Amino acid sequence: MTEDPFHACDDPGHQARVPLPRDSVEDTGAPPPAPATAAQSAVQPLTLEHPVLKSLLGAWALAACAPEEAAAVEEHLDECGACADEALRLREAVGLLQRPESLDLDPALRTRVLESCLERRPPRIPVPEWAAAYDAETARLDALLQDFGDAEWHAPVRLRWYEADEAASRRTTVAGVIAHLMTVDGLVAVALGLDDPLGEVTAERPTPSARTEAYWRAAHFPPTRSVRAPWREQTHSLVRTVSFTGGQDARGGMPVQYGDFELPLHDAMLDRAFECWVHAEDIADAVDYPYDPPSGRHLHHMVDLAARLLPSVLQARRRSGLAAPAERRLVAAGEPGRSLRLEIEGSGGGEWLIPLDSPAAKGSAEHEVAHVALDGAEFCRLAAGHVPPLEAAAGQVGDREAIKDVLLAAASLSRM
Amino acid sequence: MATRDVSPVPPRWDRTMQQRLARGEAAALGELYDRYASLVHGLAHRVLGDERAADAITRDVFAHVWEHPGTYDPKQGPLRSWVAALTHRLAVQRLRATETAALARGGPGSTEDLERKVRRASVAARADYIVQSMPAPLRAALESAYFKRRDYRQTAADLGVTEDEARRRLRLGLQLLATAQDAAAPGSRGTPPEIGGAA
Repeated sequence: MTEDPFHACDDPGHQARVPLPRDSVEDTGAPPPAPATAAQSAVQPLTLEHPVLKSLLGAWALAACAPEEAAAVEEHLDECGACADEALRLREAVGLLQRPESLDLDPALRTRVLESCLERRPPRIPVPEWAAAYDAETARLDALLQDFGDAEWHAPVRLRWYEADEAASRRTTVAGVIAHLMTVDGLVAVALGLDDPLGEVTAERPTPSARTEAYWRAAHFPPTRSVRAPWREQTHSLVRTVSFTGGQDARGGMPVQYGDFELPLHDAMLDRAFECWVHAEDIADAVDYPYDPPSGRHLHHMVDLAARLLPSVLQARRRSGLAAPAERRLVAAGEPGRSLRLEIEGSGGGEWLIPLDSPAAKGSAEHEVAHVALDGAEFCRLAAGHVPPLEAAAGQVGDREAIKDVLLAAASLSRM
Repeated sequence: MATRDVSPVPPRWDRTMQQRLARGEAAALGELYDRYASLVHGLAHRVLGDERAADAITRDVFAHVWEHPGTYDPKQGPLRSWVAALTHRLAVQRLRATETAALARGGPGSTEDLERKVRRASVAARADYIVQSMPAPLRAALESAYFKRRDYRQTAADLGVTEDEARRRLRLGLQLLATAQDAAAPGSRGTPPEIGGAA
């Protein structure tokens, strides 16, 4: 016997047991036909007290009692008007039980609906543009989680990133990934004066990975679906709180500490949106669901963040001997310097000139020494440490050393 | 129907939400959507049977709440019921308008057919809402008996309750569900009534 509620009604054997739909009863005005189980077999009705018979009406209407009990109920209905009325009513109600429809809402509907609302009545307190990607990506991930059962929540996921130019990975579950997102989002929460989701748990270092490991370790059991509500609640309070911090700030808002580095609030929210999408894709892969890249507008902001971070990452790598030395020629701050043209194709794309020799230098088309072209989502996967850096670029022209440095630097942006 | 999480919301959430919407906080609108979009879309789809039309109703419902947050009175009941009633009203209006237009263009059927169709769609959507909103133990019992075809003794064993309790839950669940028909009786067709009574 199938246990699948979605197909139960397609089984002809089942239809005989479930009372006829209410329309037929209503149209003919006839009393409800007796359930087939009792009518077809010559079952001896039991002798039951009135309260018991009454209590059986629901089970009877659903054809969910023994044949003897059904026979007793039907015999009783001939004598008891009140019970007969209720029986008819409950039989009709059974006809209203319906299989659930597909609950998958088109994630793009959210953006369309909200935009249409905000056009009709402009918000007095808008969600800042730099937080819009986070708002959209967390909503998309939450929608993905909506119908997950236990099997999905505990599906294994391998987190991947690049560390010292080597591929690194860590095994966890879907629930573990949500816990990871929550603890790292917590860095922004702490910066804004909200509660730290780590609570009493102390991490050895205030870095994303140390916080995550501390949270995972502190739990007596592996994370479960119960992590969804606090994660989602925190994402909502972050969006709400940053809406009140004021969107205009040339420096990009207060600094958010990540342990080994810091990002201004605006960039931190973009970083969290990016991580949310990357890990949503990890989760979708793990449970074999399709998952689209972010909208072009949001993807553009994410690429832009990575492109802006690259010059200082290049400098740090050069200092630790991981990248080729800078050109001997000194570049004064704000002056144009040797640059790589990063061309991002597809929705959300654009062009960025990455100064190669110093974060203080200005990207310059005249000093362009190399040109790299790749798809926006692919560039993000590179920056997420999900593709081998040297195989990432679809098209490359110019200084090979510079290209290699930039690709490795992009992959080094990734972390657990 | 068992897959949807319907976590109870404290009344304070409703009141705060209304205040935030009234203040013009876009983040509140996003949260409202995240909480109720699948309810709204599901009900609209049950009435209209069409994805695009359900999308349009979803847009209209949230636009109405966003533009007129003051029309919700927390004292009258939960925001969830109010949103469901609004969805129901707009969806039934749209169905009636579409069907009337089709009839005027010379489509098949009579005015009586139209009214029957509208009533049936309306009752179906109300029944959906009642099932989603009823206490989880009742919903679980109905699901076991109807969708999984377990009899009440098996249902009792599955749910870890007495047979008496299983019978009680099945009967009570159906009694709640039966109220879906009451409001849609002929004569009340002009103003679709509130649908929150069973929650």
